[in-house]
Amino acid sequence: MVGPRRLPIATAAPAVLPPTGLSGLNPGWSRLIDVAESGTAGGVTHGWHLLDNGPQLDALGVLPVGTILCVHGNPTWSYLWRGLLASATEAAASGAPAWRVIAVDQLDMGFSARTDSIAATGRRAARPLARRVHDLGDLTDALELAGPVITLGHDWGGVVSLGWAVDHPEMLAGVMLLNTAVHQSPGDSIPAPLRLALGRGILGPATVATPAFLATTLALAHPPLSAEVKRGYRAPYLTSARRGGIGGFVADIPVALAHESRFELDRIAEAVRALAVPTLLLWGPRDPIFSDRYLDDLVERMPHARVHRFEGAGHLLTEDADYAAAALLWLGDIVPAENSDADADAPESAVQSAIPERAQGSMSGSEAAWGVDGTHPLWHYLDELRDSDETALVDMQPAPRTVSWRLLSRRVRQIAAGLGHIGVRHGDRVSLLVPPSADLTAVLYACVRIGAIVVVADAGLGLAGLTRAVRGARPDFIIGAAPGLMAARALGWPGRTISTARYPAPMARLLGVEHTLAELIRLGQARLAAGDELPPEPAPSDTAAVLFTSGSTGPAKGVVYTHGQLSAVSRALFLQYGVGVGTGLVAGFAPFALLGPALGARSVTPDMDVTAPKTLTATAVAAAVVAIDATVVFLSPAALVNVVATAGALTLADHTALAGVRRFLSAGAPISATLLGQAAALMPAATAHTPYGMTEGLLMADITLEGIRAAAASVATPPTADTGTQIPAASPPRAAATMNPAGGVCVGGATATTRIRISALDPSGASVGELSEEPDVTGEIVVSAPHVKDHYDRLWLTERASRRGAVPGERWHRTGDVGHLDRAGRLWVEGRLPHVIVTADGVVTPVGPEQRIETLPGVARAAFVGVGPLGTQQQVAVIETVPPARRMHRAPERLATAVRVAVGSPVAAVFVVPGLPTDIRHNSKIDRRRLSRWATGILSGGRWVKP
Amino acid sequence: MRVLVTGASGFLGRAVAARLSAGGHTVRTFQRRPSGVPGVEDVHGSITTPADTPYAGLAYAVSGMHAVVHLAAKVSLTGDPAAFEAVNVGGTRTVLQASQDARVARFVYVSSPSVAHAGSSIMGADALPASPDHARGDYARSKARAELLALAADAPEFSVVAVRPHLVWGPGDTQLIDRIVDRARSGRLPLLGHGAALIDTTYVDNAASAIHAALDAADRVHGQSYVITNGEPRPVAELLAGICGAANVAAPAWRVPAPVARGAGALIEAIWRRRPGADEPPMTRFLAEQLSTAHWFDQRRTRADLNWTPAVSLDEGFERLAAHYSPAP
Repeated sequence: MVGPRRLPIATAAPAVLPPTGLSGLNPGWSRLIDVAESGTAGGVTHGWHLLDNGPQLDALGVLPVGTILCVHGNPTWSYLWRGLLASATEAAASGAPAWRVIAVDQLDMGFSARTDSIAATGRRAARPLARRVHDLGDLTDALELAGPVITLGHDWGGVVSLGWAVDHPEMLAGVMLLNTAVHQSPGDSIPAPLRLALGRGILGPATVATPAFLATTLALAHPPLSAEVKRGYRAPYLTSARRGGIGGFVADIPVALAHESRFELDRIAEAVRALAVPTLLLWGPRDPIFSDRYLDDLVERMPHARVHRFEGAGHLLTEDADYAAAALLWLGDIVPAENSDADADAPESAVQSAIPERAQGSMSGSEAAWGVDGTHPLWHYLDELRDSDETALVDMQPAPRTVSWRLLSRRVRQIAAGLGHIGVRHGDRVSLLVPPSADLTAVLYACVRIGAIVVVADAGLGLAGLTRAVRGARPDFIIGAAPGLMAARALGWPGRTISTARYPAPMARLLGVEHTLAELIRLGQARLAAGDELPPEPAPSDTAAVLFTSGSTGPAKGVVYTHGQLSAVSRALFLQYGVGVGTGLVAGFAPFALLGPALGARSVTPDMDVTAPKTLTATAVAAAVVAIDATVVFLSPAALVNVVATAGALTLADHTALAGVRRFLSAGAPISATLLGQAAALMPAATAHTPYGMTEGLLMADITLEGIRAAAASVATPPTADTGTQIPAASPPRAAATMNPAGGVCVGGATATTRIRISALDPSGASVGELSEEPDVTGEIVVSAPHVKDHYDRLWLTERASRRGAVPGERWHRTGDVGHLDRAGRLWVEGRLPHVIVTADGVVTPVGPEQRIETLPGVARAAFVGVGPLGTQQQVAVIETVPPARRMHRAPERLATAVRVAVGSPVAAVFVVPGLPTDIRHNSKIDRRRLSRWATGILSGGRWVKP
Repeated sequence: MRVLVTGASGFLGRAVAARLSAGGHTVRTFQRRPSGVPGVEDVHGSITTPADTPYAGLAYAVSGMHAVVHLAAKVSLTGDPAAFEAVNVGGTRTVLQASQDARVARFVYVSSPSVAHAGSSIMGADALPASPDHARGDYARSKARAELLALAADAPEFSVVAVRPHLVWGPGDTQLIDRIVDRARSGRLPLLGHGAALIDTTYVDNAASAIHAALDAADRVHGQSYVITNGEPRPVAELLAGICGAANVAAPAWRVPAPVARGAGALIEAIWRRRPGADEPPMTRFLAEQLSTAHWFDQRRTRADLNWTPAVSLDEGFERLAAHYSPAP
C-alpha cells in the first residue's frame, strides 16, 4: 500500500539559462520564453527553458521540413536530447532534409521555472498529468508552432508528448517514443523501483531531499556515463529546492485507480489507438522500470509502429544507443525525398519476394499438390491423411514408437482444441522448449493450426543468449519439459507454462506449471467430442513462427516467418530433394526435421542428444533408417564427424539399410569435401548434398559432392604470388572461364525458387554495389525467394539494413556473407562481411587464404584475420595443427614462410594455437572477430591469453 | 637542383646524398668528417658552432643551394641531455636560419616517429603532431622540439617537410644492425616478452628514396609530417631472426618479460648516467618499450602525397644484408 505522500515544500524560482560548458550542449540552442497558463484566471505566466536549433537552421539558410518536439522524462531535462539537436543540425548542414528540434524543460524541471504550485498544494503532485499536457500545448501556442510536428518522448515525457499528440491532430505528422508507458493495467504491479520510491516516508527523501532518485537513474546507463555527462544531467538539480519537480513527478504516477491522473492517463492511452500517423518505438530492454511489457502494450495500441529493440541498451537509451541516427533515418523514410528508397517503409508483410520467371521443370509425385503457385498450409497432409494408418513419424526415444497419420492428426486436433480451451489465441506467442520428438511435432502443428506463433530458440545459444532471446520474443505461453522449464522459472522468462510431462504436485508448483500436455489432450478431446470446431485457419500472411539466429554475429535475432513463407520452405525442400508423400526422412537437423509432416513425408529423429549433435553415432543413424525405411537423410555437420568416426561399429545389416538411402544432406554449415565424401561412402547409393542457407532463408543454394569436386577441379591451379587475394576496385576481365582469384567455398547454384545477387564491395569493404549477377565480382550475397524470412522481430533498423538496395516491391535479404558468382552461375562463399580484411592495397576475404593455408601439410584448420584500423589492416594467420599444439606460439620460421608463400599476399604474422574458437550451434564457424581482437592484443605486445 | 645534405657521414645521410647525386642533383654535404660519397662536394663544419661566428662553414655550405636536407643530429640511446638539446634543437635552429638567410626554397627535416610516441602501442596510426611533452627520452624530446621549429618556419617561399623514417637498417648500418649482431654474437641479446610485438622498419634505400620524393614534393606537401616505413610489419622476433640469419649468428634464444626489461632499462639508464665512459648501456627504458610494443603505421597518406612506394621489400633487404655479411668469394 502506498500511504499519503508528503513532499518537502519548494519555493518558486524563475527560468534560467543553463551554465555554459556542459558537455555536448551548445549554448546557442538555449532560450527562455514566458508562457501564459491556460485555464487560469489572472494571467499566470511561467518561464520555460528550451533547446531549439531553429536559429542555427536559419543561419544555414535552410527551410525546416518539420519540427521534432522532444519531451524529457523524470528526472532528466532537455539535455537528454542534445545528441539529436547536434545530429539534426549536422544533417541539415550537409544538405539532408532539415528538421527543427525543440526540446523543452518541463515546468518545475530542468532550467524551467519552479512554480509555486507545490507549495500551494502541499501534499499532492503539483502539476498532474492533465496540467502538464496543457502546459505543453500552452508552450507550443506561445511558440506559434505550425505543423508538421513529430513528437518524441522518453519516460513519463512519453505520456506528456502523446497527450499533446492526441490533442493536436492537425499538426501531428508522426510519433517517436523511447522507453515509456501509457498504461498500467490494474492487475499488474507497478515496477518495483517505483513502488519503493513511492513508499511511505521514502518519496520525499528519495527524490527531493537527496539526489538519490537522480543518481539511480543516471546509474542505469550501459556503459556507465562519463563524469562530464553526469555533471550535465545533474546541473539543474543541485539543491533540494530545485528537485521539487522530481518528487512531484514521481508522486503523479497513477498507482491506484483513484489517483487524480488516472483519468487523463486512460484518456491518452485510449486516444492513442486512433493515431494513424507513422510511429517509431525505440527501446532499451535493460530497463528495470519500463520493461518489455510496456512495449507490448504500446505495440498493441499502435500495431503499425516500427519497433527497434537495442539489445544491451537500457532506460537511458539516448546515452546507450545511437537513437538520433535511427530517428533521422526513420524521418527520411516517412518524408521521402525525390530520390529516396520509396520501398523502405512499405508494410513488412506486403513486400513480395521475387519469384523467378524460369520454369520449374517437370515435376512428379506430389506435383499436383505443389503446383506452380502451389504452397499449401502446413497442416495440409494432417487433414488429407487423417484416416491413414501409414506411419507419419517414429520416435526413437526412449524406445522406438510408431505414430500413424491418423493418430498424429487426431493428437494435433486435440491439442489445438485444448490450447484454445486454456486461452491460447490466434497471434499469441508460444515458446517451444521441447526436444525433437513426437510431442514436439504434435504441439508445433497444433499451435500453427490455431494461428498461435511458435517461438523456436535452441540451446545452442547458451543459457544467457537463450534467456535474452526468449525474453525478447515475449511468449504468452511456454511449452516444455523439465530442463527447459527449470531454466524458464529460474531466469524469470515470461509466459504461462505448460509441461509435456506430468510432475508430482510440489515439482509442478516449483516449475510454475499450469497445465500438462496430457491435460490439454483430455480437455481438447472433450471439446471436440462436444462438437466444438477448431478456430478458423490462419491466413498465409499471418505470422507463423519466430526462429532465432545462432547469435554467432552479435545477439541472436528473432526471424519472423508467415504461414505462406514456411509453406514455401516445404515446397523448396520438395522441389530440391523430392521429399514428399511416401518419402522416409531421417531428420537429424532441427529446422527441416519439423517439416516432415508438412511435406507428407514420414520422419524419424535419430536417437541423439539434440543439444550435443556430436554424440550421434553411425549405428543410431542406421537404426533410424531401418525404423522408417528411409531414402533421405538430413544431418548436421557437427554430427557428421562422429557418424564417420563411429562407422566401424556398423553391422552388415546396418550397411544394407544405409545402402537404401538415395539422398543425403549435411545442412547448417559448410564442411569439407573429404568429410562429406567419407559420410557418403557409408551410403553408397546416395547423392550427397550440402545446401547453403541461413535462419533467414533456409535453402538458398545446393551442391552435390560431385559438384564440389568439379568446382575444386576448375580452380585447381597452384596459387601464385601475383594472383594473390587482392580484389581490385574493378575486377579485370579474365579470359579463362575460371573464377575470381579470391577463392572460397563453392555452395552451388540457386535452388529452384531462389535468386542470388551480389552487391559489390568498395575499396573500404562496404557492400554498396547495385544487386548484380555479374560473375567474378566479390560482394555481399543477397537472396530472394518465397521462403525468405518476412522480417526481423522488433529490429526495425536491422530489417531496414537487410533490405537495403532491394528491387522495390520485392523481398530481398542481405545475408552478411561475402562471395561471388562464377561463369557457371555457381555461388562461392568467401566469408562473413564483418570479417573482410581491408588493407591499404585493397579488400581481402578470409576463406580463400584459409583454404590455401589448409593445403599445407600439418595444418588442420586456419583462420585469416585483420588487425589494425580498417583501410590499413595487416593480415594475420592463426593455425590449428595436426597433431594439435599443446600451447600457442608464433609459427616457426619454416611454417611462417610456407604460409606466406601459400597465401600470396603480405602476411604480417602467423600463430599456432591448440584450438580455434567456434560457435556453439555448429561447432564449425570460426569466430574470426574474436581471433582478430586476440591477435591485436598479442601483436601490440600484450599478454598471451587464450584466443 | 642544388641540394645541401647535412649529416652525410651517417648511415642514412650517406645513402641520401648518394641517391640525390645519382638522381641528377648537384649535392653538397656538411658535417665534421668526410662523407665518403663519390661525386659530391664535402664542406666540413659543425652545426653547433656558436652563433656569434657567422656560421663558420655553414654559411658557405648553404650559399647557392635550392634545397636543404637536414639529417645531422645526435642519435644515441643515452647521453647528456644538454648535448641532445644543443645538437638537435640548437643545431636545427642554426641550419634553418642559415637556409632562410641564403634564400633556400625547400627544406626537408629528417625526424623520427618517436617524436609523437607516448610509450604505448602504435597500430596503423598516421603521423601525429610532434609532442615534446609526450616523447620518451632526451633524443625523442629534442627531435620533437626541432621538428616543431622546422615546421613553424614553413612559409610560402620556404617549403618545409618533415619525414620520419622508422628504424632504418641495411648493410653498413652501425646504429642498429651492428649492435644487434654484436649482442647476438656475444649472447647478450634477449627477446623481450614473447617477441610478438608487430614492428615496421625501413630498408635504407627506401628511406633515401622517400626523402628524395619528399624533396620533389615539397611544393605540394610543405608543412606536413610523414612517417616512412617499408609497410611490412613483422613480429619483432622475426625481424631479429632475419637480421641474425643474414649475419649468420644465432637468433636470440632467451627471454626477458617485457615489464622486467622496462624496469631494468630505467634502472640501468640511471646507473649509466653516473658512470663515466663512452660505452652504451645494454638496455634503456626507451629501447625496452620500442622492442616490446607494436610500432606500425598507416602509410596511405605518405605514399599518396609523396607519390612514393618502397622499392626494396623486407625479404630482399635481408638478402642484401646477407650478401654484405658473407665473406667475399
